[in-house]
Amino acid sequence: MPQSADQIKDHVSLFKEPEYQEMFARKREQFECPHPPERVAEVEQWMKSWDYREKNLSREALTVNPAKACQPLGAVFCAAGFEGMLSFIHGSQGCTAYFRSHLSRHFKEPSSAVSSNMTEDAAVFGGLNNMLDGLQNAHQLYKPKAIAVGTTCMAEVIGDDLQAFIAKAKQQGSVPEDFDVPYAHTPSFIGSHVTGYDNMLEGILKHYWEGATREPGETLNIIPGFDGFCVGNIRELKRMMGLMGVEATIMCDPSDVYDMPSDGTFTMYSGGTPIEAVKGGVNAKATISLQEYCSKKSLTLAESSGQEVAAFNYPLGVAATDEFLMKVSAFTGKPIPAQLELERGRLIDAMTDSMAYVHGKTFTVFGDPDFCIGVTRFLLELGAEPVHILSSNGSKAWAKKMKAIVTASPYGKRAQVWPGNDLWHLRSFLHTEPTDLMIGSSYGKYLERDCGVPLIRLSFPIFDRHHHHRFPIFGYQGGLQMLVRILDKVFDGLDAQTNIAGENDMSFDLTR
Amino acid sequence: MTAIKTIDYRNDREFHEKLIEEVLESYPEKTAKKRAKHLSVTQDGASDCGVKSNIKSIPGVMSIRGCAYAGSKGVVWGPVKDMVHISHGPVGCGQYSWSQRRNYYVGTTGVDSFGTMQFTSDFQERDIVFGGDKKLKKMIDEIEELFPLNKGISVMSECPVGLIGDDIEAVAKERGTAIGKPVVPVRCEGFRGVSQSLGHHIANDAVRDFIFDKREPEAFESTPYDVVIIGDYNIGGDGWSSRRLLEEMGLRVIAQWTGDSTLSELERAPKAKLNLIHCYRSMNYISRHMEEKYGVPWLEFNFFGPSRIAMSLRMIAEHFDDKIKEGAERVIEKYKAMSDQVIETFRPRLAGKKVMLYVGGLRPRHMINAYEDLGMEIVGAGYEFAHRDDYQRTMDYVKDGTLIYDDITAYEMEHFIQRIRPDLVGSGIKEKYSTQKMGVPFRQLHSWDYSGPYHGYDGFAVFARDMDMAINNPAWNLFKAPWKAAEPAPASA
Repeated sequence: MPQSADQIKDHVSLFKEPEYQEMFARKREQFECPHPPERVAEVEQWMKSWDYREKNLSREALTVNPAKACQPLGAVFCAAGFEGMLSFIHGSQGCTAYFRSHLSRHFKEPSSAVSSNMTEDAAVFGGLNNMLDGLQNAHQLYKPKAIAVGTTCMAEVIGDDLQAFIAKAKQQGSVPEDFDVPYAHTPSFIGSHVTGYDNMLEGILKHYWEGATREPGETLNIIPGFDGFCVGNIRELKRMMGLMGVEATIMCDPSDVYDMPSDGTFTMYSGGTPIEAVKGGVNAKATISLQEYCSKKSLTLAESSGQEVAAFNYPLGVAATDEFLMKVSAFTGKPIPAQLELERGRLIDAMTDSMAYVHGKTFTVFGDPDFCIGVTRFLLELGAEPVHILSSNGSKAWAKKMKAIVTASPYGKRAQVWPGNDLWHLRSFLHTEPTDLMIGSSYGKYLERDCGVPLIRLSFPIFDRHHHHRFPIFGYQGGLQMLVRILDKVFDGLDAQTNIAGENDMSFDLTR
Repeated sequence: MTAIKTIDYRNDREFHEKLIEEVLESYPEKTAKKRAKHLSVTQDGASDCGVKSNIKSIPGVMSIRGCAYAGSKGVVWGPVKDMVHISHGPVGCGQYSWSQRRNYYVGTTGVDSFGTMQFTSDFQERDIVFGGDKKLKKMIDEIEELFPLNKGISVMSECPVGLIGDDIEAVAKERGTAIGKPVVPVRCEGFRGVSQSLGHHIANDAVRDFIFDKREPEAFESTPYDVVIIGDYNIGGDGWSSRRLLEEMGLRVIAQWTGDSTLSELERAPKAKLNLIHCYRSMNYISRHMEEKYGVPWLEFNFFGPSRIAMSLRMIAEHFDDKIKEGAERVIEKYKAMSDQVIETFRPRLAGKKVMLYVGGLRPRHMINAYEDLGMEIVGAGYEFAHRDDYQRTMDYVKDGTLIYDDITAYEMEHFIQRIRPDLVGSGIKEKYSTQKMGVPFRQLHSWDYSGPYHGYDGFAVFARDMDMAINNPAWNLFKAPWKAAEPAPASA
């Protein structure tokens, strides 16, 4: 018997037992009508070839294993970053169920959002009634301070007009006239989740800033952008600003709602940028975005309100953090304090201590456009060599910027930049031009299996490792975190290659 | 299936009725009226649970339901491993459902199997404006070139496809003829129906219309013992731990629908002598069709927990000769010692623990006796997308006074959990973390919380182990900071 009550086997070991293995073989042979094993092996080999890579690269219609999601996911993430704000997604209900699941699987936290539950009749007659009922129910039941309305592609295709619908809802008393209902159209057939983040953020800022008379002040707004590591990163950002004595409003701060304690109660809302601070944000001296490609519209809005603006690309490591801090310093007139300089020195100390294990190592990086830039810049500082940099939601403009960065470094000479490609393309790249390591999201695990390139999970989504997002990868501290994660992968790999006693263990060094 | 005697208990009717009143008070009047029809307390001897079901969800209340696409691609078609399933429309639907159902399979992914992959047409604005048919046509050709070992292709429509007037049927027909493989158009746009349920039905119909009787299946010799497992999606390997038992009793499982399934298995199912249906909700349609058209009878069975497994094995055997009947007895006897020992180990740790279930279309009833085999009591049960016949069948499982909630809202769920304080909640990923923060142990019962299998005797051991670890983990006792004034601990003892 394969199972035993003394040592209970789950799927990981149960199906390795001979009874199951024999059953699989029987099923295959008698009922599956499989291709002959030689044919499977032949195709598998062909898929690793340059010939396949060229065919794979020439496809025009098919997308396979993309590393991007759709707009309303970004909108839900964005609205979660404001005090007492509830996401309301106008369209089919299944979408909202998917967004909630997707975010929960990454953060291991609840993710609350409601839908207007549109069905076939709404497709014909429009979703106005769904909006009217939905806003009333959500308002009364979940008692939000504001409701942020986004859309699914269904509502977009039939052309529902959010502005008119919300006005009507207020007229009819679904929510009080003075209740805040910021909104954004977030069609999933344009851009990706980072676009949705920007659209919703712009919608929220517009809602609270429009009509306000700006009284220029000295504070800063900082837009962190869509970020799977928002919990650790935003806390680190606040700490850095605290050390500098800078008064900054984080425009979209889901670091608490995606990291709630277990204390016997569940509260749907936690933390988030206070609504008063959002309103006050119009008076800020400047708005800084930490992720350019998450904030184009929002920055344009800030600029048009009379603020200075600056955009970064997921600043981590040494130079990118330097630039960010110097910009903050320039905007506020506050010097960069000794403490941060000390931390900068400590990061460089760690880099020099460990350089031998990273220098010259080749890397694949995939993820959102800003993430790719931030990580690549840090790799170049470490003397590592990025070879494939791929962003499924990266634009041509992104690729141009990315190329300029890699060509400026002697360590970036081999880098190939892939905007708009997917992870099935990347599979071909890694079969034909493998790298030592890969940095990306959990989706990379299939590439790790198929191409043998070890994966370091540092991007959204991470479903199969827990809690890393609670630690920062922004800034100097983030650089240190990332360095340690890279080194652990390198050292574990070295040990795994040298741990057979009497065969290859002469290099099984105690000290490395 | 008929009721089965396990453990004796009654639930607190009055308390549960009061809870229903409490939650209804929080809704606007119109909504309260509607929700009242979906909440009930069971009455012994009644013909069903006393709730309305399969009705549109109410906007703004945070229903837990998914959509027709989820029911079709996620549940029925997605697990067919040697076909490529296109998520046709924008990128999101395919992305969020990618690899999330844990339909295990054996095969070389990307080469001869495609289960844990995401094929999408990634609609852009131009596809909405000019239509996606041309793109679909090209995609099918590209799939043929890049994945030559695929046995066929399904086209899973997302919302826009049905709104912009695309004719995927025409494209599928034309390209299917050109490549000489089934290309199956499935109209499972997310706005159709009220939940995943219509997606199951549409997916079933697509099997009927585009797979059955379309090609001559490869040579196949029937035997008197041929059965099909229907409505087992092989989550964490459930189908395999079920298949083993059927094979051991002497039956020949000619197809699994659709966990670890292949196109051939879909095609050959009508040749079975008996269709064995586990998830009635998602596949009763095709089972009825096979009965009507091919004369294949079908039988519902339940492989959760030793009581129901034994009962099911005997019921299945009734349809065959003495050899199979003896086989069933032999299998029951073979596994008795192991499952008795599992119960002996875990029952003392779990007896009397109260459980609330909220799952899809099968498990809120099918798992009840498995919990009771471990001495646990079901205080509440509800379905995301059940129909009336599901709530009728549920009466064979639940005790008097059980709280019933159809298409529950997040608000109701939180309130019921907070007031009942069960020892365990079994539901999905969206419910997991809020429940645990309340100090209430939780197991995901869609994905088996990344464990499994739970079906069959091999699976029962895993199930018992998992429920024990969820409930008896020491961390539940740490919630209250010691410097806080004494008050009852939030967690179960």
